[in-house]
Amino acid sequence: MSRLNSSAELEKYREKVLEKRDPNRSRISICAGTGCLALGVRDVIGAFKEEIKKLHLESIVDVKENGCPGFCEQGPIVVIYPQGICYLKVGVKDVPEIISQTIQENRLVEHLLYRDEKTGERIVQESEIPFYKNQKRILLDNNRLIDPQDINDYIALGGYSALARVLFELGPDKTLEAIKRAGLRGRGGGGFPTWQKWETTRRAPGDPKYLIVNADEGDPGAFMNRSLLEGNPHSVLEGLIIGAYVVGAPEGYIYVRQEYPLAVQNIGIAIEQARKLGLLGTNIMGSGFDFDVRVHRGAGAFVSGESSALMSAIEGRVGEPKPKYIHTAVSGINEKPSVLNNVETWANIPLIINKGADWFNKIGGESNAGTKIFALVGKINSSGLVEVPLGTPLRKIVFDIGGGVAGEHRLKAVQIGGPSGGCLPESLLDMPVDFDALSKIGLMMGSGGIIAMDETTCMVDIARYFVNFLSQESCGKCIPCREGLRQMLRILNDICTGKGKRGDLEALEEIAETMRYASLCALGTTAANPVLSTLKYFRDEYQAHIEERSCPAGVCKSLIAYYIDPQKCQACLICARKCPVNAIDGEKDRVHIIDQEKCNKCGTCFEVCPSRFKAVVKLSKGPAPAAVSGESRIIARKR
Amino acid sequence: MDNIKLEIDGKEVKAYETMTILQAARLAGIEIPTLCYNDKLAPYGGCRLCLVELASDNRTRLVASCVYPVQEGQVVKTDSEKLMKIRRMLLELILPLSPTGPVLALAEKYGLKTSRFSAEQSDCVLCGLCVRYCDEVKKANAVGFTGRGIDRKAAYLPDVASRVCSACRECWTLCPSGKVALETDGACFPKPDWEK
Repeated sequence: MSRLNSSAELEKYREKVLEKRDPNRSRISICAGTGCLALGVRDVIGAFKEEIKKLHLESIVDVKENGCPGFCEQGPIVVIYPQGICYLKVGVKDVPEIISQTIQENRLVEHLLYRDEKTGERIVQESEIPFYKNQKRILLDNNRLIDPQDINDYIALGGYSALARVLFELGPDKTLEAIKRAGLRGRGGGGFPTWQKWETTRRAPGDPKYLIVNADEGDPGAFMNRSLLEGNPHSVLEGLIIGAYVVGAPEGYIYVRQEYPLAVQNIGIAIEQARKLGLLGTNIMGSGFDFDVRVHRGAGAFVSGESSALMSAIEGRVGEPKPKYIHTAVSGINEKPSVLNNVETWANIPLIINKGADWFNKIGGESNAGTKIFALVGKINSSGLVEVPLGTPLRKIVFDIGGGVAGEHRLKAVQIGGPSGGCLPESLLDMPVDFDALSKIGLMMGSGGIIAMDETTCMVDIARYFVNFLSQESCGKCIPCREGLRQMLRILNDICTGKGKRGDLEALEEIAETMRYASLCALGTTAANPVLSTLKYFRDEYQAHIEERSCPAGVCKSLIAYYIDPQKCQACLICARKCPVNAIDGEKDRVHIIDQEKCNKCGTCFEVCPSRFKAVVKLSKGPAPAAVSGESRIIARKR
Repeated sequence: MDNIKLEIDGKEVKAYETMTILQAARLAGIEIPTLCYNDKLAPYGGCRLCLVELASDNRTRLVASCVYPVQEGQVVKTDSEKLMKIRRMLLELILPLSPTGPVLALAEKYGLKTSRFSAEQSDCVLCGLCVRYCDEVKKANAVGFTGRGIDRKAAYLPDVASRVCSACRECWTLCPSGKVALETDGACFPKPDWEK
């Protein structure tokens, strides 16, 4: 690779890359993202390579690793090009069949295709699967076409042409104007206008200026930033270089969690390759503009995603928020003007330059332009990464894309906005998901986690889960956040274990108010959201715990009880054998009974009792009725 | 030169432009409670007791007066009902940690006798005065924070403390709950020769 010294040289290089590629050649594209890796895709890739070698097919087919397309639940995902046949849940054992049928005979392997739950119909093309079909994937789509460790793949798809345009045609003013007209807002959750941040830093006195990619994604269950950085690192890098040129920054940082090894690796490789081609470093593309970037690996503190904490960490100090009355855009790293944007924000920049501000602005809703990537997880049929225009109703995301709730239960609530987000009841699902609609009801977009919950979820327990998470992840510096969370956790623990008392809910609300007004940083001011939102929409559930000592969802172990209905028990012994603590007394033809003293309420008996009997009952409130004894335990059977 | 004029609790106050609202208020004899503030140290903004209401663009916002700089024409309130409520709650939250001494005295001043809450009594409200004094003034770093969130603690590093603390002891008088003196007296490091 030699340096590209002009826009024309980049184009020439692109032509050369494309010349070497035959779009009609067979290609087995395999997701090598973290989800599929966890599902064993390494072995599948190895098996493909081996099978191809064995059958001497190297001359007609390529095996290619690509980024995460987002349908992680159905991984490992393998797509055969040029036909675009999408195979799901591919295992090593399926490899010979795919090679012999699809590659050699051009036939479909039916059982690996997506099967529509409702119609039973098999779907061949990835884009026709409901999970993908109802999305608008402007950011994520290229993940499936790119080997993230090969810059040529990105360049083949038009990569770095936005940078060339900015450097040689638009200049900083027109570029900033385009970002402004596009209406891009920060994807990290705050929704602050991106152009305004850039403009502030650009005009702020002080040199050097810094640019930072925030990839400190720490929400439980969220992986959208991870997936972009792993799957299409150059899109983030190109956005960052464009930002640097506009702002006039010579140096940038990518703050990425150490716990994301593949993201660290792929962005590192991307930086190396971009440097070699002269797209990064000194005299970028011969323009005279210098910019370089360093990867800073975060040590895993959730609070370090907060801007002042993140910058403290980059400076080499403890990642703890600082009280600030001046924005980091004016006084950030080393008290110099610093732009901090989320991974997803940066990845939008090249798109806006390439396709135009108007194109971008037309996607999404009023003052909420563009798309947002969500990590859709929980009790749902199709979970994974979902990209939709801002303003898409939650119901569409959960039902049309996610395929609704898995199993026999109904949807109860949707948790949105990360740990400091909140829970919305089913009745509010028609609400559009955008920055303003969420903040209007006291919640926030967060970085984009959506967790679907069904009726077997206890909302008090959920609030307790998030408060516990935050009490561990708060830095502990300021009193309202640290002590507020400590007391909230104590109260919630009491409520969940049947020790709740009158006045607890009012105390929770009072603590929440102080946390919201008095905390030092946004972690603290929003940390009460899980409690406030569940109190607002599911207050009766709290009251049931406190006043009736019952858990309506049957989750809180101290309150519930398991009981075997003597009328239904058929003495099959299954529950007695499976009980891990030997709490079930039973023998042939005798009604089984649970020793409530021994029972640890794990629910195994409830799960294993055959559905034709349904003899084990979960009671939302203990104690269980007295067990039958003596003669009445004998089951008289018709002979 | 007093070159900035601002209004605090309806009173016109003069201040230097390098001052914080807290400094300007104290100079003018207006009291704002603090637990983590010390004029020898960089402002920390941790106890949040010094929050004041600042009028800006037709609304008020709460700012930590220990870090917020004075500005010409600022209108500040230090004693609104909202602030009283917040201070009472903050004190109620830390009272179980340190139920005697200055914290109790401050709580009583805000009409609080007991707390609804319970917590393990640690006699430490994590104001960080000892940690920051040892770092910023003494440059010794014999005491630091460990842990995060509700597990945060201030702890002496035996290795450093054993060398420097007995000759210094300047943090003893800073501690609002007297814990430092109590805990370090012979527990963390040996007593100085003259006290044996």
